[in-house]
Amino acid sequence: MLLITCPYCGPRDDAEFSYGNQAHIARPVDPSVCSDQEWAEYLYYRDNPKGPFAERWMHAAGCRRWFHVVRDTNTHAILQTYKVGEWPDPAIDPREGTS
Amino acid sequence: MSQPNRLATGGRIDRGRPLAFRFDGRTLHGYAGDTLASALLANGVHLVGRSFKYHRPRGILGLGAEEPNALIQLGRGNRTEPNLRATQIELFDGLDAQSQNRWPCLRFDVGAVNSAFHRLFPAGFYYKTFMWPPALWKTYEEVIRNAAGLGKAPEGPDPDRYERMHAHCDVLVCGGGPAGLAAALAAGRSGARVILADEQSEFGGSLLGEADVAIGGSPATDWVAEVVAELESMPDVTLLRRATVNGYYDHNYLTVAERVTDHLGVGLPTVPRQRLWKIRAKRVILATGAIERPLVFRDNDRPGVMLSSAMRGYAVRYGVLAGDRPLIVTGNDDGYRTALALADRHARVAGIVDLRAEPEGPLVEAARDRGIEVFAGHSVAGAHGGRRVEAAEIAFMTRDGSGITGGTRTIECDAIAMAGGFNPTVHLFSQSRGKLRWDEERAIFLPGTSHEAEVSVGGCAGTESVAQAIKDGIRAAVEQVRDLGHTVRQPAAPAVEEPGQGAGNRVIWMLPSTAPVGRKGKHFVDFQNDVTAADVMLATREGYRSIEHVKRYTTTGMGTDQGKTSNVNALAIVGQTLGVDVPAVGTTTFRPPYTPTTIGAYGGRDVGRLFAPVRTTAMDSWHRANGARFEHVADWMRAYYYPKDGESFRQAVDREVTAARQGVGVLDASTLGKIDVRGKDSAEFLNRVYTNAWAKLGVGRCRYGLMLKEDGMVMDDGVTTRLADDHFHMTTTTGGAARVLNWLEEYLQTEWPEMDVRLTSVTEQWAVASICGPKSRELLGRICTDIDLSNDAFPFMAMQEGTVAGIPARVFRISFTGELSYEINVPTRYGLALWEAVMAAGADLGITPYGTEAMHVLRAEKGFIIVGQDTDGSVTPLDLGMDWIVSKQKPDFIGKRGMARPDLSKPDRKQLVGLYTKDPNEVLPEGAQVVETLKPKPPMAMLGHVTSSYYSPSVGRSIAMALIKGGHARKGQTLHVPLEGRTVEVTVTDGTVFFDPEGSRRDG
Amino acid sequence: MAEAGRRRGPTGKPRYSIFALARNALSYHENWQAAWRSPEPKPSYDAIVVGGGGHGLATAYYLASVHGIRNVAVLEKGWIGGGNTGRNTTIIRSNYLWDESAAIYEHALKLWEGLTQELNFNLMFSQRGVITLAHSEHELKEMRRRVEAIRLNGIDTEVLDTAGVKKLVPIINTDQSIRYPVMGGFVQRRGGTARHDAVAWGYARAADDLGVDIIQGCEVTGFLKDGQGHIEGVETTRGTIRSKRIGCVAAGHSAVLAAMAGFKLPIQARPLQALVSEPIKPVIDTVVMSNAVHMYVSQSDKGELVLGAGTDSYNSYAQRGSLNIIEHQLAAACELYPIVSRLRVLRTWGGIVDTCPDASPIISTTPVDGLFFNCGWGTGGFKATPGSGHVFADLMAKGRPNAIAAPFSLERFSGGYLIDEHGAAGVAH
Repeated sequence: MLLITCPYCGPRDDAEFSYGNQAHIARPVDPSVCSDQEWAEYLYYRDNPKGPFAERWMHAAGCRRWFHVVRDTNTHAILQTYKVGEWPDPAIDPREGTS
Repeated sequence: MSQPNRLATGGRIDRGRPLAFRFDGRTLHGYAGDTLASALLANGVHLVGRSFKYHRPRGILGLGAEEPNALIQLGRGNRTEPNLRATQIELFDGLDAQSQNRWPCLRFDVGAVNSAFHRLFPAGFYYKTFMWPPALWKTYEEVIRNAAGLGKAPEGPDPDRYERMHAHCDVLVCGGGPAGLAAALAAGRSGARVILADEQSEFGGSLLGEADVAIGGSPATDWVAEVVAELESMPDVTLLRRATVNGYYDHNYLTVAERVTDHLGVGLPTVPRQRLWKIRAKRVILATGAIERPLVFRDNDRPGVMLSSAMRGYAVRYGVLAGDRPLIVTGNDDGYRTALALADRHARVAGIVDLRAEPEGPLVEAARDRGIEVFAGHSVAGAHGGRRVEAAEIAFMTRDGSGITGGTRTIECDAIAMAGGFNPTVHLFSQSRGKLRWDEERAIFLPGTSHEAEVSVGGCAGTESVAQAIKDGIRAAVEQVRDLGHTVRQPAAPAVEEPGQGAGNRVIWMLPSTAPVGRKGKHFVDFQNDVTAADVMLATREGYRSIEHVKRYTTTGMGTDQGKTSNVNALAIVGQTLGVDVPAVGTTTFRPPYTPTTIGAYGGRDVGRLFAPVRTTAMDSWHRANGARFEHVADWMRAYYYPKDGESFRQAVDREVTAARQGVGVLDASTLGKIDVRGKDSAEFLNRVYTNAWAKLGVGRCRYGLMLKEDGMVMDDGVTTRLADDHFHMTTTTGGAARVLNWLEEYLQTEWPEMDVRLTSVTEQWAVASICGPKSRELLGRICTDIDLSNDAFPFMAMQEGTVAGIPARVFRISFTGELSYEINVPTRYGLALWEAVMAAGADLGITPYGTEAMHVLRAEKGFIIVGQDTDGSVTPLDLGMDWIVSKQKPDFIGKRGMARPDLSKPDRKQLVGLYTKDPNEVLPEGAQVVETLKPKPPMAMLGHVTSSYYSPSVGRSIAMALIKGGHARKGQTLHVPLEGRTVEVTVTDGTVFFDPEGSRRDG
Repeated sequence: MAEAGRRRGPTGKPRYSIFALARNALSYHENWQAAWRSPEPKPSYDAIVVGGGGHGLATAYYLASVHGIRNVAVLEKGWIGGGNTGRNTTIIRSNYLWDESAAIYEHALKLWEGLTQELNFNLMFSQRGVITLAHSEHELKEMRRRVEAIRLNGIDTEVLDTAGVKKLVPIINTDQSIRYPVMGGFVQRRGGTARHDAVAWGYARAADDLGVDIIQGCEVTGFLKDGQGHIEGVETTRGTIRSKRIGCVAAGHSAVLAAMAGFKLPIQARPLQALVSEPIKPVIDTVVMSNAVHMYVSQSDKGELVLGAGTDSYNSYAQRGSLNIIEHQLAAACELYPIVSRLRVLRTWGGIVDTCPDASPIISTTPVDGLFFNCGWGTGGFKATPGSGHVFADLMAKGRPNAIAAPFSLERFSGGYLIDEHGAAGVAH
């Protein structure tokens, strides 16, 4: 049972949260100009690293707010939690092209 | 009452409380404080079970959780429990135990015939045979299945209750032996919140079974009592007895299985039988001790062959001599402690077989001084006996221990104690994902790199001395609590007197005998699963070299003891056979639970009525009182239909439909999802999440909307009403309510946080009675006087606020039936009052309550879809023929781009059509498949399936809707529905509106 | 298939039989040959299969037996069968809703029937039937849709009423007043279970027999491509191994391999937990699955009840999940089978499943020429093992998918023709 620190409520069991997969994927501003492949990537393709991963969680049994977590998918270590609109600490930012 | 093997004095049993119990129908006696195992041994019962495969007679091997052999069926009927370890069953009066895996009885077991054919049954034999003829496998398997299994399941439901408990603490101490007690004391005195859990009935761990340890000048158990008393006085310390820490999960989340009443033999009304603690600990101190390793020698499974520490424990703790003439086989000094403890208790020790060539030190001297013969540098070449060990064959070993020299010598004995050294109990550490480290010199696995915030102390960290364990426990606790910011108050480590352990353990993985391993007798590694050293070597020879392969091929370590006594021996034998060191073979990963744990305890109270929540509406009691049948819809119980005077389902539904079409009907529509949408960007928000346009919807007006997922597939639908410029009342399907709310929230919070929109679920806030039919206006007029109900003042797709039956209400003039219809929403607490008022006011109009089935028929007659029935997540609005609701003007909405993908506009997509059966009375089963070309038998290509199908009393015939490949181009075509045993011919109708296509009825 | 099975390869290992057992008993079982060799990797192969699970080993076996491509290496980073092959609940069935799914799972089931004999390794394939329960009017209707589709696809299926379920599963709770009453179900009698480890071992032994090199402890660390972007080989922890034809069958680790090869997959790795009880005498003869009361159960030949449920919600490569999943699963077990409450959980474990957005697999060419992927089987891959290996071998041999494999290409994600087994699929297993 992961212990996830909701930025609004504090540390809670993972059973209180729902999962939202990879973070920082913006919906295309104008979907009509996306190619079929680009749209497929927006819909279905997500990073799936073995290691640190910036992902979304929602505190379903608490404040019901979405937030971000950098978590190691191999060790389950939680490296950072932060609010929507914020960014991972550059030192641990797992996103492509940022480290 | 005679207990032939019970000593006259000593032990932690209460001789003032004799207890009677039954074993295989025989009445025996023991004392309070006994385990079933100690009581059986006291009565001279060594044969307690039969082995899994060969049905060899088996006795008690261990003292606690490690026991592989003595598995017992406890109790009878619905309260019986199979496979319990006799070593952990506390004796109670009237205990009723039976041996397992034998027929007809333990002494004469027909299954033992397997033993005669043992040569045909090496490891993995079943992979190599039972293949011909193929058809016979089922028969072979039936025999195998009936032979396998251990005990029997209860016959009926569990009469007992279980509970789960959440707890948080600063320090969780796992294990209440010397190290754990010292750690708990240090942490407790420093003011930390501490939980100390131990699997035994009392704290003390190994100290309970030692006679030669004194702490602070008194017997060790006095120190235990003092520490426990002090811990009990501390308000922030929780002591859990009979509580096994059995699972170590992520981020220091641990489970503890507490057996609350099992030792009483009866349940208590006020407490659960067992409790599963779920503890989040800031720090964990593992003090789980060590388990002695058996020695692998020929026929080492004869009843009477035990772990040395167990034999000593039975004598010291329970006052029971497992044998009158025990032989000790040891590689270390600890075996001498057993010899001395037994000799002190009047056993005639037959000798000490020491694997070491030149044992020396105080314990060795003490044994020699007592006249106990020491056979240094000897091996046990084999044990003799059947249902009880009778003798051991011993022989002098070559210097390297690989063989014997000279002849063998037979020593009579009635018990053999095996002292193979202690394996630290690293199970929980391993479960926590800590990395184990192999100590080559001591030939044990030790805790290596930690993964969680924990520390191992005492026996599980490889410590053998009590003094050191106590010191380590204190030090570890002090470090942890200091780290957590507590002010440390450190107890002084007491003076400990204990026998000094001399030279280390000599490890010989397979004791040499007169013939190579596998040629004569059996050298057991895993007692429970009947896995021998030869089996392990065979697996290795056949290419199963990873320890995981060996385990799976031979089943070693896969028994109910999870290999507590066998894993390291198996690993080492593989390593020795392959000529590699143990780490190269691999380490086995330990998985929860540490010891088998009751399924009911995991389920806790979430059974029966509490298994899953049931949602009911405010009008539920009325539906029940009036004979409604119910159906589950999502979490809700909804009235399905209301049969009258012996009506069939179809008769009732036809009557309800007809009433709604010709008079007035009322539906409890409270379960529809309702979301309050507020904020100045609300209209724009709806524009983005629905396929149609919302900006221009007037206040007080309603509009139907369709929601898609980003892939263009229909997700939900409902009517949304503008209450004010910045305020909407959205409805969703019953099943989709929570999903839609989550979905909308996600977009608002993560994609469009700049939008001023707030969402609130109000499903539970409003009760809804939907009245429908040509007389509904008249009915409503009787109970609502402050709304002008005329068509002009209150047109279709409008909402008015007013008072209905004296209750403040929102009335929506919307229709899911095509009839004049009003959905009356009132605060939930008035729902029943509203319903009763509607029924009373409509009595003379023949008001008819109708259920979900009639609602389905009514909407299907009009061709209205139900999301989730006529769609399944793979259907677009275009597939449904609902192009009219998809805006061409809006630049974007959720699903627009998805719908534009090439595969979603192909003409052969499955599209919603209406179907008429050739025989108007034939009602197709929903789910039936439609084909174009009939074949005499399957397989045949399918076009799609019937999504909705009813008898329509309004049309006077059956109607159906179906999702059919290229359906929109098939109007008028004849298709076929092949059912089991017959085929129905159908025609594709022109559209899906079967009744009142002009829509002339909706205004009444 | 039978002809392929009779072919015995260059190593000419003796066949397994009761006679072989008896013969070897005379020499104390000291003369059994290794079931497969442990060769050093050669510098190059005609084909490489990355991943030594059931699917990968089956692929190698069919490359050799059906397509005559015998110079093949299977590269396994740990030990063969150590991933999901050895961690699943061993259920086999082909009663899928969509035609595309039915085709591949039925292809697999037909191969299962006779596989023990073909491989000369007792897989303990046991057609004890798989029952799927319905607990509401809605589920009954969904069940009808499924049953009709299965039947018209020529696959065996049979509808059961409550009494029919009770007859096959006497320990089930059929009280109609419980929250999710058993209102009926359907059974595929040809479905059942098999001994999971044996599937890996049987394929390995048979493939080895045909000349395939099974190389354990060999982790792929990178891919080699030529100037035109065609695959050329792999870098491994045991050196460079060349081949112009490489198939990846790595389940939970597929995304990691794809990233090495320079592209993404629509795959997420999730923990899937399962557990067994202590062994008891037989109480349940079939496999029973339920969607509403989310769990499935069978009893192994050893007597353990084998219980499974759904995945954890979050991505993970840790082979472990959260306790609440187990709690729900066991509460469900007590609800449906009240006698299990006093039995005990012996062992829980987790696997890493590779889940696709539509809960259907990917059997596909990739943006890299000569590199093929077979993944995304999610929670249901074991049952497909022979069929998956068979069609993937065909794809690797011919470079283009056959009719069964074609719908499972990567292109479906951009085109939009997904095979959504979530929708009406009931349990996603």
